[in-house]
Amino acid sequence: MKTSALLLFSFSLSAQVPYDRIVNADREPGNWLTYSRNYLGHRYSPLDQITPANVAGIKVKWAYQFPDRRIETSPIVVDNVMYVTGPNSAAALDTRTGRRLWNWRRSVPSDYQSIGFGRVNRGAAILDDTVYVATLDCDLVALDMHSGLERWSTKVCDYKPGYSLTMAPLAIRGKIVVGVSGGEAGVRGFIDAYDAKTGKQAWRFWTIPGPGEPGHDTWKSDAWQTGGGSTWVTGSYDPQLNIVYWGIGNPGPDWNGDDRPGDNLYTCSLVALDGDTGKLRWHFQFTPHDTHDWDSTHVPMLFDANVRGKKRKLVGIANRNAFYYALDRESGEFIAGRPYAKQTWAKGLDDSGRPMVIPQTDPSEKGELVWPNLNGATVWFSPSYSPQTGLVYVSTRETGATYYKREAAYKPGTFFAGGGQQELPDDDVWGAVRALDATTGKMAWEFKLQSPPWAGVLSTAGGLVFSGTNEGNFFALDAKTGKSLWDLQLGGAIAANPISFTIAGRQHIAIAADRVLYVLGL
Amino acid sequence: MRSIFCSLLFPLAFAQPPDPLPVGDPVLGQRLFESQCAVCHGQTGTGGRGPNLHRAKFDHAANDAALRELIGNGLPPEMPGAWQLNPRELASVAAYVTSLGSIPVEPVPGNAQHGRQIYRTKGCAGCHMISGDGSGFGPELTTIGARRSAAHLRESIVAPEASVPDGFMLVEIVTSSGATVRGVRLNEDTFSIQIKVQKNTFYSFRKSELKTIRKLRGKSPMPSYQGAIAGDDLTDLIAYLAALRGKS
Repeated sequence: MKTSALLLFSFSLSAQVPYDRIVNADREPGNWLTYSRNYLGHRYSPLDQITPANVAGIKVKWAYQFPDRRIETSPIVVDNVMYVTGPNSAAALDTRTGRRLWNWRRSVPSDYQSIGFGRVNRGAAILDDTVYVATLDCDLVALDMHSGLERWSTKVCDYKPGYSLTMAPLAIRGKIVVGVSGGEAGVRGFIDAYDAKTGKQAWRFWTIPGPGEPGHDTWKSDAWQTGGGSTWVTGSYDPQLNIVYWGIGNPGPDWNGDDRPGDNLYTCSLVALDGDTGKLRWHFQFTPHDTHDWDSTHVPMLFDANVRGKKRKLVGIANRNAFYYALDRESGEFIAGRPYAKQTWAKGLDDSGRPMVIPQTDPSEKGELVWPNLNGATVWFSPSYSPQTGLVYVSTRETGATYYKREAAYKPGTFFAGGGQQELPDDDVWGAVRALDATTGKMAWEFKLQSPPWAGVLSTAGGLVFSGTNEGNFFALDAKTGKSLWDLQLGGAIAANPISFTIAGRQHIAIAADRVLYVLGL
Repeated sequence: MRSIFCSLLFPLAFAQPPDPLPVGDPVLGQRLFESQCAVCHGQTGTGGRGPNLHRAKFDHAANDAALRELIGNGLPPEMPGAWQLNPRELASVAAYVTSLGSIPVEPVPGNAQHGRQIYRTKGCAGCHMISGDGSGFGPELTTIGARRSAAHLRESIVAPEASVPDGFMLVEIVTSSGATVRGVRLNEDTFSIQIKVQKNTFYSFRKSELKTIRKLRGKSPMPSYQGAIAGDDLTDLIAYLAALRGKS
């Protein structure tokens, strides 16, 4: 017994996560090595011990309490150690007991402010022997995975005008990719990559093209300088194509587009960037000239499927604007798209995937009632793609709002919103987990929720879908039918993404609810 | 924190005439609110991700100075501080926010003393509580005069279904065995619902055990007192309720 414990311990200490391990994540389903488990953005676990037949027997095995509320972290699990994050904090936990192995914390500067979002963090990245964490005040920090001690720290941006970092970084070959928050403060967004060993910047992609760059003509005069286009949700990566796929946020000011006529590239778009250089391979804009704050900041799901008899490499996006899209991920070509939630702003999509916008759906002085509301039909929390069912599972929000337009004067470090919204009463809004055909977006089933959710979805090879509610319910559905199989009240709002991993060879599920992370298993 | 520190060290400073605080302009405050606060509190302050501000008193700001400080410093972790606003702008936002919830003292006709007797004899305390006396089945009324106009109070008595307060949704439930239960919804999630049927009885159901749950929109748990309390009695009861403004 003593010997095996010692062996386990020494194995943990020698753990390393080279790039190839992440590429081949399916070979080690007991670990969760990157934000979405694999580079393809699936949030799907090949573990199959927990099934529709036995899920009703799962119990809480341990819980970990954070010092901060509304924990949105998606844990990383490597060889018996779980890495979790909070705002400006990270910790390593022993997966067998939930006890902490190390803790790292940095204070938030007193003049820091979150403009338009919460003081949250959504997770870490890991590469070789280093854990990477992003801070609210814009540092990318590299921590020794065995001790939590800092190796390097790089300032990605200046938090004073409104930039911030809330997402989990993405570790690719030799580089750490990060995106920024701040779309409500009139920042100019970008995606950065840093050398994983040194923290030196490797490349930057500005999401709002500057003078002389393609796409700059979609902005008028100086509007591009405060054009938004934040990049606050972790993207996906195709190792074979060496393409990073990343969603871009709304243009600024959010609800008043008068001073920025044009499509406002690359806001509300998906961009495909060369992993070595950050050069743009292609882009697809979902919501040209957005005036409803419908960031296209989602985890892109990469999968291959037959389209009209030909095998294609696709990327699926369930968008905040209430449409689901399938694109060719080599070229950006529009393959299919359709609404997956109530929307009243577009008649549909044309042959190129561009929305046919209904007049008088822009915000106005008197207000315009439009579905979805500013948080959209889905937001940052992850969807899931199951290669087993070919379905995409999306936490869906069914709510509209009355949108108002107001004057927008830019002042660094303040809201640059140009309006706002009035939400519908709580009893008039609801939510659902929806299963969509990944290639067409056609709905296979839905499971209704009491209120519009803030929790992501996990699907498993056991044939299950896990997600949570604002009211604290964590639940499991049958992945084929959507039938509810099990639920448990966790005592706090769930605004996080579930993961699955093994402890001593047994499948477990982890999910954060308010300030507590729960680990459940049979 | 800083103000507590100062007041402890320099209590004498408060014996001197303080510097006049800037006077807030509610019109300017509304403009600032709509551009910088409405993203969470709703365009008209009725709430969204942040709470509804149409209320007489705030849990975290007992007076105007505290409200200005709260707006300026925020309320971590959810509410960011409005560091960017200068003192006059802070005062203006505070003035606007205050105007959302407070009902100005209005001359209300009637004999409040007699109204108090009506309140007692008509059994209002069977469902309502005032300063700790009565029952908690209906809304608490200790400061109702600061939160509701006389016209609204009148409507609540004669036509309570016209505006059912938050948290008092009436629901009708049919169980799988066919029993019908009607009550005030205390809580509801995707899988369960809890309802109160009397002041001391509540039910909890798993939704999988139920045939139907009907939200009785436009119906109130409170019966109408149209005709039952009328004339001077009604006027006096409203005068009594309008005078309930809390300790101040």
